[in-house]
Amino acid sequence: MDALFSQLFAGLSLGSVLLLAALGLALTFGQMGVINMAHGEFMMAGAYTAFVLQAFIPDAGISLLVALPVGFVVGGLLGLLLEVTLISRMYRRPLDTLLVTFGVALVLQQLARDVFGAPNVDVRAPAWLSGAVPFLGMNLPKTRLFILGLAIACVVVLALVLKLTPLGRRIRATVQNRDLAETSGVSTRATDRLTFFVGSGVAGVAGVALTLLGSIGPTLGTNYIVDAFLVVVVGGIGQLKGAVIAAFSLGIVQAAFEYSTTASLAKVLLFVVIVAFLQVRPQGLVSVRTRSLA
Amino acid sequence: MSAGTTDVARPASTSTTWWRRPAMRVWVGVAVAAVVLFGLAPALLSDFRLNLLAKFLCLAMVAVGIGLAWGRGGMLVLGQGVFFGIGGYLMAMHMKLSDAGPGGVPDFLLLYGDGVVPGWWEPLRSPVVTILAILVLPAGIAALLGLAVFRRRVRGAYFAILSQALAAAFAILLVGQQKVTGGTNGLNGFRSFFGYDLADPVNKRMLYFIAAGVLIAMVVVVRLLMHSRYGELLVAVRDQENRVRFLGYDPANVKVVAYAIAACFAGIGGALFAPVVGIISPADVGVIPSIGFLVGVAIGGRATLLGPVLGAVAVSWAETGLSEQFPSFWTYFQGAMFILVVAFLPQGFASLGGLWRRRRRTPGDVPGDLGDPPAPTAAPVGSGTAPDDDAQHAADAARTAGRHT
Repeated sequence: MDALFSQLFAGLSLGSVLLLAALGLALTFGQMGVINMAHGEFMMAGAYTAFVLQAFIPDAGISLLVALPVGFVVGGLLGLLLEVTLISRMYRRPLDTLLVTFGVALVLQQLARDVFGAPNVDVRAPAWLSGAVPFLGMNLPKTRLFILGLAIACVVVLALVLKLTPLGRRIRATVQNRDLAETSGVSTRATDRLTFFVGSGVAGVAGVALTLLGSIGPTLGTNYIVDAFLVVVVGGIGQLKGAVIAAFSLGIVQAAFEYSTTASLAKVLLFVVIVAFLQVRPQGLVSVRTRSLA
Repeated sequence: MSAGTTDVARPASTSTTWWRRPAMRVWVGVAVAAVVLFGLAPALLSDFRLNLLAKFLCLAMVAVGIGLAWGRGGMLVLGQGVFFGIGGYLMAMHMKLSDAGPGGVPDFLLLYGDGVVPGWWEPLRSPVVTILAILVLPAGIAALLGLAVFRRRVRGAYFAILSQALAAAFAILLVGQQKVTGGTNGLNGFRSFFGYDLADPVNKRMLYFIAAGVLIAMVVVVRLLMHSRYGELLVAVRDQENRVRFLGYDPANVKVVAYAIAACFAGIGGALFAPVVGIISPADVGVIPSIGFLVGVAIGGRATLLGPVLGAVAVSWAETGLSEQFPSFWTYFQGAMFILVVAFLPQGFASLGGLWRRRRRTPGDVPGDLGDPPAPTAAPVGSGTAPDDDAQHAADAARTAGRHT
């Protein structure tokens, strides 16, 4: 029983990391059909933001709290820059955006390597996040709980923004029918830019959160990008619901496989499960209904 | 502007010299390539350089397959490293086993493993089984995945992401199963290739000639394939999958065949890469090298026959030359090439000639879209379909580019 619960927590914890990584991706992919390979590098930018801030703010707790909004802005601005310069040129060519953003990812990675050095660096965790919380006979690490809470908070805030604000209305309208939204007076260009800012900003926040789990390096983004994409594929190009369910399911499934086999075999098995799942639901868990044949 | 009209206005066969005819161009190209690869290169290059060229040719084999699947079939294959790796590892395992002698145990198994040869390794002692496995296994895995994915009409970005996830999982598996795969170090230190001593420069030269011959054969196969009914179907599936379906064909089968052939080519490339370079490791097969294969194809011209080959060789050549002196500069350069070529010259450098020719023939007639011609990609994800005219136009453009190569 204990083993089951601790595996469940490991899965939830893994799922929350996946969710943070995939949340922004689901937003931009869902709205624009754009595949942003540089999303992982935006996470890396967020992580290095936390690292840099710590050099100026000696208190680890305060620097973490400052890093979250600053990481959001850093990631968001990078995303905005990418959208305005490159992605806006290639809306009808989603596969090409993948290659272009991969080029951007390579450049950003090398930039990080040149600025911060190739070796990994560490960000000190605040004192109030050290240790663990006893729960039902288990010890749950506080950092993991913090990330789980952060992921839930991000989802709630995003859901509220999408549901209640004018921006959210415009985003939903653009996702459901871009042309009709444009006809109805929504500036889809402006909406795209804002969506990309928000989506990339969430990546920055995710990067800050990742500094709590281990050291960070130039390849941080590469480690998460494939998993984040899988979450989006399984979740479907819907709204946040698909990403949330997919992230936690994949996290739990992978934790279960890791428990019964090895970590490396678990990845392969997870892949097989996803391909099998797509046999049942090729469009993912949640998808926007459409009558188009394509 | 479209290829159709220019061809009607100018019946190619009567007014042009024989070697300019579309059908002859490729054969002339192949003949030139044969003279260069078999005559000039061995005569002019040192043994070291020739071995380097052999490595580039192995990478170009992967590019030929990507050109078929991506350029002609519209399937963005992000995980060719998997098939490259399967071919490479199969060959490497055979070479390790034959180095160890009959019944012997390869050195790294003693180092990391249990000191016994795993059961599924045993068949690879036979050269025939190894070669068959290299030909069949990558194609079989690709066919299985392709059937699962394409039958359910998963396509576009979803397929690209899945193929990439496969590469990630494969690389992680290789590192994780260190006992049988050598882990991060991979397999290296081969002494012989089917009984021929690899330390002997003459045998290294032989490897080069094998690579050159195989590459030329692959280009000829793709050329023949593209001018068959199957080739027409493949391009049709890329541009208007539903029309093909309504005509009574199954687009899934068409795609699976192209994906399997591309995987087979990548496997052969990997199988020759291992003895030529002397090492195969997870670093050659992961996500980054898998996407790296695409650079040369994109730069050379994805929808053309020789574009991917020339692009792959040129990019690897530049990488070897530049990355030793300026490692960080090379990554920036690679990234910049990706951005600039895909964003502003989606048909690659192979399309430059055609664009220039058309511009010269009809000055003022060409719309100023040189920087942004429609790309022969699959239909956009989600609800937005490209207008038919666009797709048609893209097909024409791609075909023109192919013919002019």
